[in-house]
Amino acid sequence: MSFNNLDTLYRQVIMDHYKNPRNKGVLENDSLTINMNNPTCGDRIQLTLKLEDNNVVDAKFEGEGCSISMSSASMMTQAIKGRTLEDALKLSEVFSLIMQGKEYEDDIDLGDIEALQGVAKFPARIKCATLAWKAMEKGLKEEHDDGKKDA
Amino acid sequence: MNAHDIRQLFPILDQEVNGKPLVYLDSAATSQKPVQVIEAINQYYRESNSNVHRGVHTLGTRATDGYEGAREKVRKFIHAKSTEEIIFTRGTTTALNTVAASFGRANLHEGDEIVISHMEHHSNIIPWQQVAKQTGAVLKYLPLQEDGTISLEDVRETVTPRTKIVSIMQVSNVLGVVNPIKEIAKIAHDHGAIMVVDGAQSTPHLKIDVQDLDCDFFAFSGHKMCGPTGIGVLYGKKQFLENMEPIEFGGEMIDFVGLYESTWKELPWKFEGGTPIIAGAIGLGAAIDFLEEVGLDNIEAHEHKLAAYALDKMSALEGITIFGPKEASKRTGLVTFNLNDVHPHDVATVLDAEGIAVRAGHHCAQPLMKWLKQSATARASFYLYNTEEDIDKLVSGLLTTKEYFSDVF
Repeated sequence: MSFNNLDTLYRQVIMDHYKNPRNKGVLENDSLTINMNNPTCGDRIQLTLKLEDNNVVDAKFEGEGCSISMSSASMMTQAIKGRTLEDALKLSEVFSLIMQGKEYEDDIDLGDIEALQGVAKFPARIKCATLAWKAMEKGLKEEHDDGKKDA
Repeated sequence: MNAHDIRQLFPILDQEVNGKPLVYLDSAATSQKPVQVIEAINQYYRESNSNVHRGVHTLGTRATDGYEGAREKVRKFIHAKSTEEIIFTRGTTTALNTVAASFGRANLHEGDEIVISHMEHHSNIIPWQQVAKQTGAVLKYLPLQEDGTISLEDVRETVTPRTKIVSIMQVSNVLGVVNPIKEIAKIAHDHGAIMVVDGAQSTPHLKIDVQDLDCDFFAFSGHKMCGPTGIGVLYGKKQFLENMEPIEFGGEMIDFVGLYESTWKELPWKFEGGTPIIAGAIGLGAAIDFLEEVGLDNIEAHEHKLAAYALDKMSALEGITIFGPKEASKRTGLVTFNLNDVHPHDVATVLDAEGIAVRAGHHCAQPLMKWLKQSATARASFYLYNTEEDIDKLVSGLLTTKEYFSDVF
């Protein structure tokens, strides 16, 4: 493997998110908190989400981990802000397909997330990229199911 | 010994990974296997496969001879008094769990103490946490010195007359330090406690003499010492094993079975319920033959040389933190480190692109990671087939990693 291959993993935009993470921090007051870790490698994330009327109005993360897990968390929070719960979960499904190297509907605007496509070629690193997304999915699904129960 | 010649006996090392010759520096996770071990397992399945201890037929005798012959090789290898004291298990984890679940549950009472250290592997922490919960015993941790070593002064302060079990790893899988087991065992015995040793990282690299260490239990795995996965050993002094109940019940381990009561076979078989790990034991026996032919003293000296060379070359790199003692004499052949500003996963990925296999993560030692104030570290570990050229390649790979990440920043 040459550095060209490494460059498919460590794209400039990924390193930018790693170095300058967006939405780093913790949301207070009525926010939903999800803690998740990757027991095999020690990466961990704390995701806080502010939900209003079925929308993700704000998202922040704290955590420790490698460039892939932290940049993915940064991109994920950026991508779901302003989306409905269903849209955010849909995006999570698309992200999972991307990580598996599978086809996905290309009408969805991925923005920076597209840069993470190269991770699919590094099987050992896929779990790094999916950590934040799994945390988001867990939080939103619980919220979604609770909402249904309330209705 | 000549590591270049030894290397030729390990077929897996002769390959390219990502277009570069493989440099395998992850033997502390699992070692590679020489042709002798691969052939012994192959031959067993081709010529002798049968169940043990019951065959009137010829294959049954061959399998039994192979399996029990391996037990004798293990006995000699660790200098136990008798094969009654050698129990085959799935690995170190199962061996330590057996001591905790059988000896621990029967002998610990509320307020009794179990002493372990901050550097232990999860498999020498969690079995004790569990048995402490079940019996009301108290789990105590030995502190570590700044360089990651254990001081006997701390052992003397931590072990009390209430201590019933002291369980310590002989060599740390993260710090590489060799702990003074013999001296710790003495302190434990002076207080009436038993000494349990996690030998997973020491048995592949150092000559083991369980009688000289005077430990009461000693656990290790085959796969870290050139043997196959799925086989390990629990050594225990007969006086303890005799009075312990098995933790698994079923075939192989019984003497007489009635409708409501049964009795157990004698040692060591009462602890080996079910069809045993026959091919694994035979493979381990072949690994022992191989290691003895090379000589444990030679292996230890070779690794000391590699550790000294690696510590010297690696500490010259700018922005590297090396964990554990700085003196090679206090270590076996592994170096755990972090590069400033580059996460160990990223280090491992860039090295992998260069064909170099290292471990990155918490190394099944989360309490130690917390003590080191690291969420994860990278580790290069060496064995008898590694050479100074491997370390040169590692160092050059680390320079590449630094360069690569300083470019993207």
